[in-house]
Amino acid sequence: MTGPAIEAIGVARTYAMDGVSVAALRGVTLTIEHGEHVAIVGPSGSGKSTLMHLLGGLDQPTSGELRIGGRDVAGLSPAEMAHLRNATIGFVFQAFHLLARTSALDNVALPLVYRGLGAKERRARAAVMLERVGLGHRLDHRPNQMSGGEQQRVAIARALVTEPAVLLADEPTGNLDQATGAAVLELLERLNTAEGVAVVLVTHDREVAARARRQITMRDGVVVSDSAAPGPVIPQQRNSGPGEQPGDDGGEAAR
Amino acid sequence: MRLAEAWRVALDALRANRLRSGLTMLGMVIGVAAVVILVALGTGTKNEVQAQVEGLGSNLLIVVPGQVSLNAAPAVSRLDQSDLDAVIRVVGSRDRVAVSLTSGESVRAGKESAFTSVLGVLETTPKVFLRDLRTGTYLTRTDVDTGRRVAVLGNSVARVLFGERDPVGQQVTIAGVRFRVIGVFAPLGQSLGVDRDNEVHIPLSTAQRLLATKRVDAFAVKAPDAATIDSLGDDIVAELTRRHPDEQFSAVTQEQILGALGDILGVLTAVLAAIAGISLLVGGVGVSNIMLVSVRERTREIGLRKALGARPRDIGTQFLLEAVLLTTSGGLLGIALGVGVSLGVAALSPVPAALTWWSIALAFGVSCAVGIVFGVAPAQRAGKLDPVVALRTD
Repeated sequence: MTGPAIEAIGVARTYAMDGVSVAALRGVTLTIEHGEHVAIVGPSGSGKSTLMHLLGGLDQPTSGELRIGGRDVAGLSPAEMAHLRNATIGFVFQAFHLLARTSALDNVALPLVYRGLGAKERRARAAVMLERVGLGHRLDHRPNQMSGGEQQRVAIARALVTEPAVLLADEPTGNLDQATGAAVLELLERLNTAEGVAVVLVTHDREVAARARRQITMRDGVVVSDSAAPGPVIPQQRNSGPGEQPGDDGGEAAR
Repeated sequence: MRLAEAWRVALDALRANRLRSGLTMLGMVIGVAAVVILVALGTGTKNEVQAQVEGLGSNLLIVVPGQVSLNAAPAVSRLDQSDLDAVIRVVGSRDRVAVSLTSGESVRAGKESAFTSVLGVLETTPKVFLRDLRTGTYLTRTDVDTGRRVAVLGNSVARVLFGERDPVGQQVTIAGVRFRVIGVFAPLGQSLGVDRDNEVHIPLSTAQRLLATKRVDAFAVKAPDAATIDSLGDDIVAELTRRHPDEQFSAVTQEQILGALGDILGVLTAVLAAIAGISLLVGGVGVSNIMLVSVRERTREIGLRKALGARPRDIGTQFLLEAVLLTTSGGLLGIALGVGVSLGVAALSPVPAALTWWSIALAFGVSCAVGIVFGVAPAQRAGKLDPVVALRTD
C-alpha cells in the first residue's frame, strides 16, 4: 500500500440536533502514516470521538476530503464503508464490546465472518492472534470468565486479526486500573513496533498520551496542536508531510 | 457473511432468550395447530358425510315432492299407492323401488320405551339400500300385501328396549298397537349427530292403517347403472307431474346430494381455516414486536458488528433469519401439536378428523411467510442503524 494510511483534509462534521446544526468538527487536516503511534487528546466535547469515528470509517464528513487506505470515502455506500472498515481498520473500545456468551476465540474470529472466511480458517487465525496477545490459554473462556485486562486483550486480538493498517483505540484503558491499563498500553506499543500497525489512541489521560510518539490535541472541533511531524518507525518515510497544510480558519498550530 | 453463519448466529440469539423465544413461538404454535386441527375436523366431517351418502348404496335416485333446494322446507306429500304403482311401471321392476312413510312414534316393550322414526316400507328396501340385518329376517311381500303387524328394529332401538336379549319373536307396542319383532338391523352408527340406528321398519300398508292415511312420503329408486340414472329420474318426474299437474317433483342423485353437502362443508372448513388464520396473523404481530425489542436491546451488538465490517445486508439477514427461525420452529411445533390433537380426537371421540397434507403444507408455508413479512421491518431497522449511534448506546 502506498501513501498514508489515513488522510484528512479540511474535514468537518456537523450534526443536526432538533433542527439546529452543531459543528462537532470544524476543518481538521491530518495524516496518519503507516506504523505511526499517535495519541489524540482533548477534553470531552472537543470532537476527538467524532474524529475517531471519521478516521475509522464509521461516519462520513459533512465537508472536506477523507481518504482511508488511499480510498476517498465520499459517496461510498454503507456496504462499501463496511468493507473498507473490515479491510483497513481495527477498533478497540473503552467498554471492550465483546459478545457475551461467546468464547474468546469466536469473539476474535468475528471480523473474519464478514470477510467470508470459513469457520476453520477463522478459528486458526483467531487462535494465533490470541496467542500473540498472551491469551493462548484462554481460547474457550467467555468474557464473563475473564478479567478486564484480559477482555481488552481479546478485543485487541479481534482488532488485529484482520491485519488492519490502523488500530483505533478509544480510551482503551478507561475501564482498567492503572497497572492493567499500563500492560494493555505496552501490548499496543509492542504490536505497533513488531507488527507495524499504526496505532491511534483517543484519550483524555495526559499520561497515556505522553507514551505515544505523536500527540494531537483537539479543542472545540479543531486541532490545536500536533506534536511532531510524523516519524514512522517502519519504512515508507518518503512522503511524510505534504498533506498537512493548515486548513481554513482553524488549522493546526505547531509542528 | 455466509448463510450458514447467519443461521448459527440467529439460533444463538434465540437460545440466549429461551423464555421470550418460547412465548413468541407459542403464538405461532397455537395458530398453526388451530389451522391443522380445524381443517382436519372440517375434512373429517366432509369425508364421513360422503361415506354415509355413498354407503346408502349405488346409483340411487331419491324422488320427493316439491323442489329440492337447501333453503326450501320439505313439501307435504300428496303421493299415494297409485303413484307408487305408476313409478314401479316406469322403472319396470318392483325390486328397484323403495318407498317410505315416516312418522315419529313411541315404541314400547314392557317397561322400556323409545322414541323412534317409524317407517312404512316395502319388502324391497334391502334391495335398494345397503341395509344388513344383525338377526332375524326382513319384511316379506306377504307382510306388505296383507298388512301384518311385524317390525324390524334398528340396532339402538333393540338395545334400548331389550338390552342384551334377542328381540326376535318379542312383542313391541307402536302407537298403542302390538307388533311382533322379526328382525334387527346391523348397526350403522351416527351421521351428523343423528342416530341412524333409531329406526323401526313396518309394512307400508300397516303404517298407512296405523296413521290413518293413504299417502307415501318419498320414493327411492335404484337405477340399473350410472348411465341411465338421469333419464330414469326425468321419466319418473314426468310421470308424477302428469298425474299431479299442479305439483312439483324432484329426483336427486347421490352425486347431487354430495355436491350440495360438499359445498356447505367446504365453506365451513374454509371459514374455520380463516378464523385459525387470524390467530396466525396475531402470532406474526407478536413476532414482529419481539424482533423490534430484540433490535433495540442489541443495538450495541449491531454497532459492534458493523464496526467490524458487517454490511447493512448482513445485519438485516441475521435478524430476518431470526424471525423466520422463530416462526418456522413455531410452525413445526404447531404442526406436531395439530397432528397429535387431530389423531387424538379421531381416536378418542366420535368427532371425525382427517389430516390433509395441503393444510399442513399451507400452515408451514404461512408460518415461513409470516416470519418473512413480520421480520422484514425489524430487520431493515437493524440494518439501517448508524454504527456510531449504535456503539454509543448503553
